[in-house]
Amino acid sequence: MNEKKFMNPYLAGFFLGLILLATIYITGRGLGASGAVKSVYTAAVESILPGYTANALYYQEYSKEHPGNPLKNWLVFEVIGVVIGAFISGLVSNRLKFKLEHSPKSTAKIRIAGALIGGFLFGFGAQLGRGCTSGAALSGMAVLSTGGLITMAAIFGGAYLFAYFFRKLWI
Amino acid sequence: MGPLVPEVIGNELNFIVALFIGIAFGFILEQAGFSTSKKLVGLFYGYDFTVLRVFFTAGITAMIGVIALGHWGLLDISLVYINPTFLWSALAGGFIMGLGFVIGGFCPGTSVCAAAIGKIDAMIFVAGSFLGVMLFAEGYPLFEKLYLSESWGNVRVFESLGMSQSLFAFLLVLVAVGAFWATTFIEKKVNGSFNPEFKPVRIYYGLTAVAVIAALLMFALPDRKQKLLDMVNSGEYSGTENVKMMTPDELAFRIMDDDKNIQIFDFRSKKDFDSLSLPKSRNYTLENLFEKDADKFLSLKNKKNIFIADDEQNAGKAAVLAVKLGFTDIYLLQGGLDRFKKDIIYFKNPGNAVTQREKDEYRFRTKASVVIPEMISVYKEKQKSAGENKPKRIVGGC
Repeated sequence: MNEKKFMNPYLAGFFLGLILLATIYITGRGLGASGAVKSVYTAAVESILPGYTANALYYQEYSKEHPGNPLKNWLVFEVIGVVIGAFISGLVSNRLKFKLEHSPKSTAKIRIAGALIGGFLFGFGAQLGRGCTSGAALSGMAVLSTGGLITMAAIFGGAYLFAYFFRKLWI
Repeated sequence: MGPLVPEVIGNELNFIVALFIGIAFGFILEQAGFSTSKKLVGLFYGYDFTVLRVFFTAGITAMIGVIALGHWGLLDISLVYINPTFLWSALAGGFIMGLGFVIGGFCPGTSVCAAAIGKIDAMIFVAGSFLGVMLFAEGYPLFEKLYLSESWGNVRVFESLGMSQSLFAFLLVLVAVGAFWATTFIEKKVNGSFNPEFKPVRIYYGLTAVAVIAALLMFALPDRKQKLLDMVNSGEYSGTENVKMMTPDELAFRIMDDDKNIQIFDFRSKKDFDSLSLPKSRNYTLENLFEKDADKFLSLKNKKNIFIADDEQNAGKAAVLAVKLGFTDIYLLQGGLDRFKKDIIYFKNPGNAVTQREKDEYRFRTKASVVIPEMISVYKEKQKSAGENKPKRIVGGC
């Protein structure tokens, strides 16, 4: 069976907007993703090195903001949902398969290195910028937060600025 | 009134809500094609603007929804998480994320979604993002200064730009519609032909019209709050006939009787409120009447809601506003707190009572002038240990 076509982007955007609106109406907060990585990381360090986290500044600030078990966090549950939802979508559209995707002009090795470095930069940047494309840019636009829109402009502006230098990876 | 958390939906149930919201979020991201890095970076090389279309449509849909819900009094925006603004870390973090985007081909949300359907590059991206978080966490003392500098608080962009919310929303919709049009032509130039799905056909003229009309409606929406505030502040209003009066003696009696059916709303400044306020009274501003706290208390049935200020006139403004907002059982304290202080709290028997009624009244006031100040100081002590109990802005973000 062939993969199904993707949804019309305007329709998908409209649905995504309604999901975000419902999230704000019900919970008073927006969507997110990178925050879950932070929670899982913090939980891992806390269980491996319990004495260490009590003293390091970052973990003290974290537990001040999020008391209790770092895994009992709204975004962790939301991201578990994202995994389930994306899996269901892949299932109904015949897109479930293990695959390392890379441009025909590039190699698997380069793609692996690119994904690792890209993820590293995004993970770091999202901590510094207090949110990623979901938490800062999209949710920030919905509530018209100045900081969210500045982060959004910087993400997309930065990507356009650097795109030329990495064009060989994609085209 | 939203947000429904924590009153209608408890903090535990909120986690289950998060799971279902995540399922919907992940499903739509995958259906939109965000599970492939080729489609995501297309935006930066001009061959596929799906990301821009989905992202901008979602953003303006949610934005218009938030403004509309706020206008109809269904959502208290003062409780919603507004991403705080820290100028330099937002810019630096954003640029680093942009670099990560063109190198890695994903962002955190889309990488999780792509990993879920088996994309190995996405799994590696997720692993990389753990390392990025690790660098930030372990090197935090180095980044702390940048992270916390130039803090502007929970500001909203139209405030920063000094324009009205409606104007900004309208302009943003125009920018989005313009971008939708322009990118179709960029795609044509890069790919050699129109994407058959996005040929400028009639349906897109229709969509554009809908978006522009929605944007124009923004001008009609958020004026309600300002209009009502202007109206009561100008003093040119009607509706006082729905406000009842309560005498200082009746209020004093109800306070001493510990009447559970009265709620006192004090519209003086915080400073005056802190120096002397009646037991169990709540300090409000006119703006507070639009918020969830007011909705929660003023909607309660079988309560007498007594509005007080120094004089009747100032409390009257608030009372009229509350009536206009649809609340009932609003009472004004006759003569305001000034007269309540004179007649009750600092009452001195002039000793010239003639009729029995006057004698009774003076006897009651003498007793009240002892009991009520006591109740005030007891309540104040209790409050001090209990702390502030108004609802706080929800903590969100990544």
